[in-house]
Amino acid sequence: MAEVGRGTRVFRGALARLGGALFVLWMVATLTFFAIRLIPGDPAEAILGGPGSQTSPEALAAVRAEYGLDQPVLVQYLAQLARLATGDLGRSYSLNQDVAPLLIGQLGGTLLLAVLALGVAWLLALGLATWSTRGGRVAWSVGSGLEIVAAALPHFWLATALIVLFSVWLGWLPPISTPGVAGLVLPVLTLAVPLAGFLGQIMRESLLTALESPFVLSARARGESERGVRWVHSIRHAALPAISLSGWAFGSLISGAVVVETIFARPGLGRTLLNAVTVRDVPVVVGAVLIVAVGYILMTLLTDLAQRIADPRLRTR
Amino acid sequence: MSDETGTGAPAVRVRNLVVGFGPGGDADPVLNGISFEVAPGECLAIVGESGSGKSVTARSLLGLAGENARVSADELSLAGSDVRGLTEQHWRRRRGRDVGLVLQDALVSLDPLRPVGREIADSLRLHTDLGAAARHARVLELLDRVGLPDAATEVRKRAGELSGGQRQRALIAAAIALDPPLLIADEPTTALDVTVQAQILELLASLKRAGTGILLISHDLAVVGRIADRIAVLHEGRIVEQGPAHEMLTRPDHPVTRQMLAAIPVDKPRGLRLSVRAAAPVSPSRSSPALTSPGLASPGPAGRDAPRHTVLEAVGLVKRFTRPGGAEQLAVDGVSFRLARGTTLGIVGESGSGKTTTARLALALTRPDAGEVRLLGQAFSAASAKQRRLLRPGLGAVYQDALSSFDPRLSVEQVLRDAVGGGAGRTGRGGASVSTADRRRVLQLLDAVGLSQGLLGRRPRSLSGGQRQRVSIARALASEPQILICDEPVSSLDVTVQAQVLDLLDELQRDRGLSLLFISHDLGVIQHVSDQVAVMRGGRIVEAGDAARVFAAPEHPYTQDLLGAVPRIGF
Repeated sequence: MAEVGRGTRVFRGALARLGGALFVLWMVATLTFFAIRLIPGDPAEAILGGPGSQTSPEALAAVRAEYGLDQPVLVQYLAQLARLATGDLGRSYSLNQDVAPLLIGQLGGTLLLAVLALGVAWLLALGLATWSTRGGRVAWSVGSGLEIVAAALPHFWLATALIVLFSVWLGWLPPISTPGVAGLVLPVLTLAVPLAGFLGQIMRESLLTALESPFVLSARARGESERGVRWVHSIRHAALPAISLSGWAFGSLISGAVVVETIFARPGLGRTLLNAVTVRDVPVVVGAVLIVAVGYILMTLLTDLAQRIADPRLRTR
Repeated sequence: MSDETGTGAPAVRVRNLVVGFGPGGDADPVLNGISFEVAPGECLAIVGESGSGKSVTARSLLGLAGENARVSADELSLAGSDVRGLTEQHWRRRRGRDVGLVLQDALVSLDPLRPVGREIADSLRLHTDLGAAARHARVLELLDRVGLPDAATEVRKRAGELSGGQRQRALIAAAIALDPPLLIADEPTTALDVTVQAQILELLASLKRAGTGILLISHDLAVVGRIADRIAVLHEGRIVEQGPAHEMLTRPDHPVTRQMLAAIPVDKPRGLRLSVRAAAPVSPSRSSPALTSPGLASPGPAGRDAPRHTVLEAVGLVKRFTRPGGAEQLAVDGVSFRLARGTTLGIVGESGSGKTTTARLALALTRPDAGEVRLLGQAFSAASAKQRRLLRPGLGAVYQDALSSFDPRLSVEQVLRDAVGGGAGRTGRGGASVSTADRRRVLQLLDAVGLSQGLLGRRPRSLSGGQRQRVSIARALASEPQILICDEPVSSLDVTVQAQVLDLLDELQRDRGLSLLFISHDLGVIQHVSDQVAVMRGGRIVEAGDAARVFAAPEHPYTQDLLGAVPRIGF
């Protein structure tokens, strides 16, 4: 009956998570490395300015030797892993610049976009869920319908529709992303609305379950008001599943950023990634995907922590 | 606080209460003109089966019957003042102050995310001007009053961290925080073990003695008999009989009351029918002699006295579990028993005693860490998976929660056909390939458990609790087993429905020579069904033997405690 100490258990748990995270990063680096080689074309040409440029065979050979492209693929792969392990993301083929500072410079804009979109999605979902569980059958159907439509909207369509509505017709907001708050509104909404649809569906369902549970009946029997029932007793229950979904949501926001940053001509990781894929800039693609993966892992960790804060039952386990 | 609370006023008085739901509510009300009152320091028990309107009664007294409910009454007063037509805002001021509510299962009746101290303090926060410190002090006082001595640490725990009895006490503390003159307790002990049930009933009785009026709602006459001064029997939305508890329990007039009394299994000998044969139409007329004397059923076929072979045997079973914290727990600790052909072995114990693990071991669903289960003289738990599969048809299992043991998308017919086919080759949805032989077997099974063919197309969710349990018994019988392992088969049923299911099992045993391993927390049920009995506690069998002997002269102090706690009729 060896009782394992709490400290040891926490430590073991942390170690397991760290191991898991490293494994994910390794898999991501591997998959990206090989996936980009499936695109037809010669990377050496990409380095020298793309397939259209007139390049001499000597120049190509020199570039191949310089970048190690004349080595077998496995050697290139191992060499890249070794570089990545030391934190060196390499040098961009197309931009002739170190990858790490390049990507870190782009990271801020994308993070801001994703975090704002997640926040706005939460507010929209919470508002819709609370309203639609309060107003009887009609509100329930309307809320449910809105959520399904919102969740089904593709980013590129929604972005175009918002531009037409707010920039072209009403002229309230700029059609491309300008520095400042006005330029952020449409990109953030484009990402937030579909996500709010997903989150809202889950929140409404769990809010309703909580509202119909015996502990809410007990609270009402104590004289709790409708507002008290909602804010003191139900909202946490409604938030729990949505919190656990937020880690996944963050990942989908980053992939959505690729589309949104391109449409709104907004600088950021997503657009950099898209450009890099177009010109087969392997180090930038691998670097960007790795950074997104790290962000995803951190976000999952944050979600777990948030869940422990919101649900005390998880703490005692 | 401006309302006058006359000192002599009843805690609640109701005259001609009618409650209906939805558009057709007026034509077919759930409550059809009921009248009662509860004086301070008095306990009125409203007893009825599920669906009789008990819970609607409780909710109507709190103004919580629901948004689409139509409530009307000639009189409806709490603590002497009329509450008819109160606005929601005025109701809120009454709830908790004039009337408190205690629901069935405190695990779900207290917010699982909040410490119980907060839940209790809510009433004080809503109705008084007390500051946080004063509220905390009052909460500690309340917990002490309901018998949670270590209040300072308990207040910080959440419902899930307390035992069943502790959280029921906490729930009661929350309901009495403002000393309401009326406490409504809706099945307050139904989810609890007998000894804990006895303690909670004693707590309610002490509140009663201190002057609180108690409206106790239950399906079980034996339970309410412990503390009720008066009993009202509710049937199909009407009070069919109402009177002093003593008279109601000893000289009931109405057939419904008699049927309920007859259904109580405790102290009824083995083989005595508990339920009324067929569904006797219940008329509100007085006395119906057919129901008064359930006779002793004829003793079973000759098999009962023939030399008995052991059909199922457990030797020194041990099972350990590792808890999430890493600590090990002995769930079953050296359990041995023998089940003889054609007899019933009852295993009784409270929650956590290892009963269910024992059942799973006996079914070879869990591998024992030590010991062995032998089935029909052959190695069972120690056999290979293939060998066990061959032996499995000899065993049937019936569980407590019939609903969750069915695939909700399958109809009754599909469930049974699946079982008849031995689980091999699921028939799924297509009904075309059904062999007529299978179909005949399904009908035979339905007939054996007393269900009509009309239920074949129904889904489990649309069946009543009793019907579901009958279907799960039919399913267990599909492989023609010699042994039926029943794990709490009647625990979630009303007493009257429980009686029917127990009678059915008894009949099946006599007709088919079944051997039953019957597991329950309810000593009354075990006493009624068992030939042999084993009392479990903390993973061990503390006492075992002939049922008649164990119940007449229990040797182990724990068995004596259990027996003392069983609610029974008798003054």
